[in-house]
Amino acid sequence: MLSYIVRRIAAMIPILLLVSIVIFLFIRILPGDPARLVAGEDASAETVALVRAELGLDQPIVRQYLIYMGKLFQGDFGYSYRSHKPVAELMANRIVPTAQLAFSALIWAALVGIPLGVFSAINRGRWLDRSIMVVSVSGISIPAFWLGILLVQFFCVRWGLLPSGGYGGVKNIVLPSLTLGAHVVATMARFGRNSLLETLRQDYVRTARAKGAREWQVILKHALRNALIPIVTMSAMQLGFMLGGSVVVESVFAWPGVGRLLIASVTERDYPVIQACMLLFSFTFLFINMVTDLMYAIINPQIRLDS
Amino acid sequence: MEISSAAKRKNARERIDSPLRRILRKVASNPTGVASLAFILFLILCVAFPGLIAPFDLAAPDYDHTLEGPGLAHLFGTDEYGRDIFSRVIHGAKYTLQIGLISVFAGAFVGTVLGVTAGYYGGLYETVVMRACDVLLAFPGMLLAIGIIALIGTGTWNVVIAVAVYTVPIFTRIIRGNTIELKNLVYVEAARAIGLKDRWIILRHILPGTFSVAIVYITMRIGSAILTGAALSFVGFGAQPPTPEWGTMLSSGRNYVVTAPHVALFPGIAIFLTCLAFNLLGDCLRDALDSKIAE
Repeated sequence: MLSYIVRRIAAMIPILLLVSIVIFLFIRILPGDPARLVAGEDASAETVALVRAELGLDQPIVRQYLIYMGKLFQGDFGYSYRSHKPVAELMANRIVPTAQLAFSALIWAALVGIPLGVFSAINRGRWLDRSIMVVSVSGISIPAFWLGILLVQFFCVRWGLLPSGGYGGVKNIVLPSLTLGAHVVATMARFGRNSLLETLRQDYVRTARAKGAREWQVILKHALRNALIPIVTMSAMQLGFMLGGSVVVESVFAWPGVGRLLIASVTERDYPVIQACMLLFSFTFLFINMVTDLMYAIINPQIRLDS
Repeated sequence: MEISSAAKRKNARERIDSPLRRILRKVASNPTGVASLAFILFLILCVAFPGLIAPFDLAAPDYDHTLEGPGLAHLFGTDEYGRDIFSRVIHGAKYTLQIGLISVFAGAFVGTVLGVTAGYYGGLYETVVMRACDVLLAFPGMLLAIGIIALIGTGTWNVVIAVAVYTVPIFTRIIRGNTIELKNLVYVEAARAIGLKDRWIILRHILPGTFSVAIVYITMRIGSAILTGAALSFVGFGAQPPTPEWGTMLSSGRNYVVTAPHVALFPGIAIFLTCLAFNLLGDCLRDALDSKIAE
């Protein structure tokens, strides 16, 4: 088991390196002189030269990459082209709101989505299964930003129950979380259903039925416990995809997260901030995927035996 | 004479058993599949003859009738310039299908070529291709698309490119896996044994074997490509007003959520139904082709 964990983490290193190189090159292949952009439009030639030396832009490209990585490890993400503030400072307050949004959405989506999938599988082919699957495929097809606008329409404009945006109280997170989780609920219900149906076809389930176990016992004790393995893994994986979804949801609800910072930076062509956001998102994504794999190995004895 | 009649019989049998016919029959026997297909055909009609379906001119503003609710004159109401929303939605089908279909087909094409060649030839080439895929897949799809937009700029075609790029590694991975499986089958080994060229083996014996998986994935990716494209337009990276792209229309309609909610309602319904149609068709194709293809 330990060797599996070590090997899985070791396999991450080349990908992390490649991703960091791509993100590092991102800012270098753009037209325009980064030193000029940092120094400002009307800086003198000397100032630009100074900034260039300070940023290490006069060094060979390989050295520049090493300097860039060295600074990253010290928490230095460079300076914003627009506000000229350190990027780390701009990002610092944004991470917690995005994490709050993603986790809250994941939790309610798992609590609703997994049972829906189970009910659907148990009632396979009946109207309950069909209606859950109709809702589920609709949830996958609904544009998140539109759902957000609809929710605002009802919960804020018509009923005045919840705020339409902003950050702070518990009430503020309800609508963004509902919007972000909708897609995940649908995915989990579909996946949960398929997973349970798959397990219900196994021989040991037939054995359990044959020995006269009650139907609910067969489902809860035999099938569901095994079906949960891929479901749990799937749920964790959804967290990674929610990072992408959060970008749009944050901009609908004026949620002060990393996603909204990224959208604003792309609009303003603030490349160091874009670079830092992409780095943060991809590393988080890779980290989540790795933890998911490890979790899968821990809860599924077959993987342990294979390795 | 005998040979030719035998060949004819063989041809006839092949036509009856052709996979395309089998799939079409299965889809036709499924009411959801038929409905989805009908809706998609209607959208294609909207793209081909928008002027015939849309009752009003696309650009003509009418300042006497701004932000009017749905009614007999204006089926979906009017927007902030008094333009007929129904007509704009009909004209907008073009952009949504353009983003959904072109990006996915382009991405699937490149991905399939890379996947088949990587799986077939292996070696250093395969390693390079697969590592490149790892890097692309290290970003959640939407964020990769935003990163590409940041590089190449905003606009409808750039959204198509961005969505196509993130579609490539998905197909490369799937098709490569498929190719490796097929490569070791007896009939491919036989083809190699009788001395067929690699290119011929790939085109004639391996590529057709990957089609069923590719078709299902293409249909299912179109739905998510449409959503991503619309989301990119919604945050202002895609088509710019006054283009009647649905995501862009929604984005401007958002400002009237209190006074005229219908402005954002109808473009949203259009995106939702289009995406739903492709997803349902994808489900249907998956059932028809192979129930084992994963979600």
